[in-house]
Amino acid sequence: MELSKKKQLTLTALKVRRGIVDSIHAAKAGHPGGSLSIADLLTYLYFDKMNIDPANPKMEGRDRLVLSKGHAAPALYSVLAHRGFFPVEELITLRKADSRLQGHPDMKGIPGVDMSSGSLGQGISCAVGMALSAKHFGENYRVYTVLGDGECEEGQVWEAAMFAGNKGLSNLTAYVDFNNLQIDGSCDEVNSPAPLDKKFEAFGWNVIVINGHDFDEIEAATLAAEKVTDKPTAIIMNTVKGKGVSFMENKCGWHGKAPGDEDYAVAVAELDAALAELA
Amino acid sequence: MADIKKIATRDGYGEALVELGNERNDFIVMDADLAEATKTGAFKKAFPERFYDCGIAEGNMMSIAAGIAATGKKVFASSFAMFAAGRAFEQIRNSIGYPHLNVVIGATHAGISVGEDGATHQCCEDIALMRSIPGMTIINPADYTEAKKAVKAAINHDGPVYMRFGRLAVPVVFDDDYNFEIGKGVELKEGSDVTIIATGLMVAEALEAYELLKAEGISARIINMATIKPLDTEIVLKAAKETGAIVTAEEHSVIGGLGSAVSEYLSENYPTVVLKLGVNDTYGKSGPANELLDIFGLRAKDIAEKAKQAIAKKA
Repeated sequence: MELSKKKQLTLTALKVRRGIVDSIHAAKAGHPGGSLSIADLLTYLYFDKMNIDPANPKMEGRDRLVLSKGHAAPALYSVLAHRGFFPVEELITLRKADSRLQGHPDMKGIPGVDMSSGSLGQGISCAVGMALSAKHFGENYRVYTVLGDGECEEGQVWEAAMFAGNKGLSNLTAYVDFNNLQIDGSCDEVNSPAPLDKKFEAFGWNVIVINGHDFDEIEAATLAAEKVTDKPTAIIMNTVKGKGVSFMENKCGWHGKAPGDEDYAVAVAELDAALAELA
Repeated sequence: MADIKKIATRDGYGEALVELGNERNDFIVMDADLAEATKTGAFKKAFPERFYDCGIAEGNMMSIAAGIAATGKKVFASSFAMFAAGRAFEQIRNSIGYPHLNVVIGATHAGISVGEDGATHQCCEDIALMRSIPGMTIINPADYTEAKKAVKAAINHDGPVYMRFGRLAVPVVFDDDYNFEIGKGVELKEGSDVTIIATGLMVAEALEAYELLKAEGISARIINMATIKPLDTEIVLKAAKETGAIVTAEEHSVIGGLGSAVSEYLSENYPTVVLKLGVNDTYGKSGPANELLDIFGLRAKDIAEKAKQAIAKKA
């Protein structure tokens, strides 16, 4: 990846993280940890990779993304807002009773959201349906989905994986946000879904393991997936939960908790300092 | 009734899919390893490249169907009622219902008339479950003819549709010029003493009950309520006002089905005696379907008895 592009994506991802922190702080509820850990991926997809049009969110033939780990909605909303699907100022209405920004993605009300999600395990199946539809009706868009590591404890993930593997849905890429933390503790303590690479391989998928915070690796894996013609691709991303806000990093406690005013001020100071350094 | 033609409503489903397949190619049919039984097998045979078997994973099938619908395409998803409405309830609720997607759920083998397979496969709770989902349309055809017409209406409907079909061959009540419309009840017999509102295979029983009651000098109005949600409240209110007593008849639990829908509406709008005939908050069991309908009291004579009780309770 060119240095200028990487710098631009890094800058955008910082703004996206700022939007995540701003919105969850304003909402006084939400999931910062798993939103921050996928900020780099979603920034790359929406700002560089996907064929989409913010002025025409329902554009025919557009690429689609299903946020299977729907609780990371603040990351999706922040990316969509910064990409121009709706005003960035709207982010702080997250989870408010008069806002369209629901706690989990709502395709009926939010421009740019391709599928309602939030009940874990279902999003990947919906993405499989979209990929199947594209193949069946001869359309050449691509479908992306993002799963949580804890989410892979849901049986439905493997029902979907089995079907996609058997049907050879090569137009589907599933990213797993492997930060190894879930609500009740580390995945290892709770009910580890690992080894995810071997599991997806066994279900007939092409598998790539990357650092989910490295734009070069994200891009290389995403492009490599497009070259595979007979299998869906799973990209297992090793990530840091809470990435980008020092006191949230690798802390299980920041899975589903909003920062109070003091923590928020620290987070903003950190992100703004990083932004100033890059700009 | 030996001279009356009997065909299962699931056959109407399969045949309608094939006819639709001949007319248009903008839809997909899915099943969960029950294609022969649900009769989507007829479509699979005619259009193998337009049929997808999800295997034994009903929840996955419902969410895949939602994904297909989210791309603007039509899709039918089929399994037994137990595993469609029951096993996959939450997928239907969250993946299909909440985004109000155009998925038609073809649920066969509903009710105790499944027969020999017994209680685990006899779903008497599906209407209750589906009624609780906002925006869900529920259609329970009375016979083969209505089943075919309802399938063709459902594919053009905006929003999710749950269609309930039976395994058992039941009398063909309607002829080809019968007009089916989603959301409309149909008065099959005029009557003034009591109204019997029936759905599914109980419609044929209700028509028989009409004759039993007539022989006793009782004038019963018979209404076929194929669409259970949204309920045709107009025809219900008219019947309540004009006959003063209602009996509902369904091959479903008395909790949450047609009887509940009618009771809920009338209690708030025009309190009227409503007696519910259905499966009385119990599980089914193995046995030949027609014997089970006798045992569980889902016959014309049971409807007639309930009708007389309802008349006796009139204010």
